[in-house]
Amino acid sequence: MLLRFDDVSIGFEHPVLDGISFQLTRGETKVLLGEAGTGKTLILKLALGLIKPDSGRITVLGAEISAMREQEMYRLRRQIGMVFQESALFDSLTVEENVAYRLIEETGQITPEIHARVIEALEFVELANTYNLFSAELSGGMRRRVAIARAIITQPEILLYDSPTGGLDPVTSNTIIELVVKQRDVYHTGSLLVTHRLQDAFTMASHYFDRKLNKMVPLEYGSSRNVHTTFLILRDHKIIFEGTATELLRCRNPYIREYLS
Amino acid sequence: MAILSLNDIAKDKIEAVQDYSLLAGRSLSNLLSQPRYYADTLLQADSIGVGSLPIVVLIGFFTGAVLALQTASTLEKFGSLSLTGQLVAFSMVRELGPVLTGILVAGRNSSGMASELGSMKVTEQIDAMRAMGVDPTKKLVTPRVVATVTMLFFLSIISDLLGLSGGWFISYFWLDLDPNQYWTTAYQSLRFGDVFMGLSKPVVFGFIIASIGCYYGMTAKGGTQGVGRATTQAVVAASVLIVVTDFFLTKLLMAFFHY
Repeated sequence: MLLRFDDVSIGFEHPVLDGISFQLTRGETKVLLGEAGTGKTLILKLALGLIKPDSGRITVLGAEISAMREQEMYRLRRQIGMVFQESALFDSLTVEENVAYRLIEETGQITPEIHARVIEALEFVELANTYNLFSAELSGGMRRRVAIARAIITQPEILLYDSPTGGLDPVTSNTIIELVVKQRDVYHTGSLLVTHRLQDAFTMASHYFDRKLNKMVPLEYGSSRNVHTTFLILRDHKIIFEGTATELLRCRNPYIREYLS
Repeated sequence: MAILSLNDIAKDKIEAVQDYSLLAGRSLSNLLSQPRYYADTLLQADSIGVGSLPIVVLIGFFTGAVLALQTASTLEKFGSLSLTGQLVAFSMVRELGPVLTGILVAGRNSSGMASELGSMKVTEQIDAMRAMGVDPTKKLVTPRVVATVTMLFFLSIISDLLGLSGGWFISYFWLDLDPNQYWTTAYQSLRFGDVFMGLSKPVVFGFIIASIGCYYGMTAKGGTQGVGRATTQAVVAASVLIVVTDFFLTKLLMAFFHY
């Protein structure tokens, strides 16, 4: 069990999440769907302990974080990687310094070993030749890929993606989703992914990463391969659906049918 | 725009003072635990200290010069022109050196800190730092506080020296005072209490400048407009706090040294 939410509620001037409960197991990817303002990004921030819930328990990697002090959270967060919506790269640092940030944050020195790890992470996102550029010199899609490289370099136990394809064109979005699927199928990292794009969610549920071909390929019709991807739909502060893509498509809930159409 | 009640305004202000106090306290308590970011501290010291040097040199020199110029006519009436060196020394070392340097550095560096950290805050870079297990107060705030306190101390000394030099320049070239007399009266008139007063103020002012700048930066919100607002507020708050603190600090130290 990587992550568990037990009856978690939070509100600001009005309730946002009310009695949210779910769990994330090793190797599983959960896609969070819902309209804007339903608290999808808030769930990621709660999972990271960036915000504390008003009630309920959140357990991450066996530790209950709901009441944990900020100083105690830092050690735990090193085992979690997060890709922010706007990448959140440090604009005064190069790509290499961004990706190696966790490894060099005390000394700021990049050793040959760290450089090798950075190149390996950048090769995973196919941007190995950008290591000495600054983030302002990259396109939006490239920045998103560098953010993924930064999140995965320490091989975290959990990955959190906050709208990784938000604001990108379809081709670039597909590239990003391919990387997410690659990370899922090659390293079996548990992850939560927030997205507004249904096509990205269904791509993840209907494709897998073929290591021989080194690309994302669709599941064969009738294939029994389990891509370990489930969906969570939020509405009116609650989870109204949790299940696989097949179960989602068969769901008779009128709101969900309208949402999917 | 909603109209806030006096109650809400008061609560906001008290919460702001609380948040600032917590940040300021943490910036110092971080020195007692690992990790300590020496490289970042040195970089900040270079930016704050070396970067502020030209303006401190200029302002210090001309402040001392204008002091000598302005007071000469009054001193001459009492036949005390020879006390110019003493007057410039007292004024620069005890008061104008630390305060003017503090306000200059507040304008230059408090705003820089607020805008830099504010930009990081509104683009989620601070959250990214926290998400990667890095304490932003340790990484960003404490190095700036340590660097500013250290550098302002030395900048004030340089300002005092340049102020005395400016006073000498006017005394020698305009007032025909003997340079030996100028420097001797300036040096001999200063007591331990004067020097202590002049060197303890930069330590306090440096802490105010950095902590205020970092506080407004870390609490900025509302995109680029919010960052602009935070930058302006940081300079105003730091400058006002320096002047107010100077009054109380001067009163305290004067009582301590029996002036």
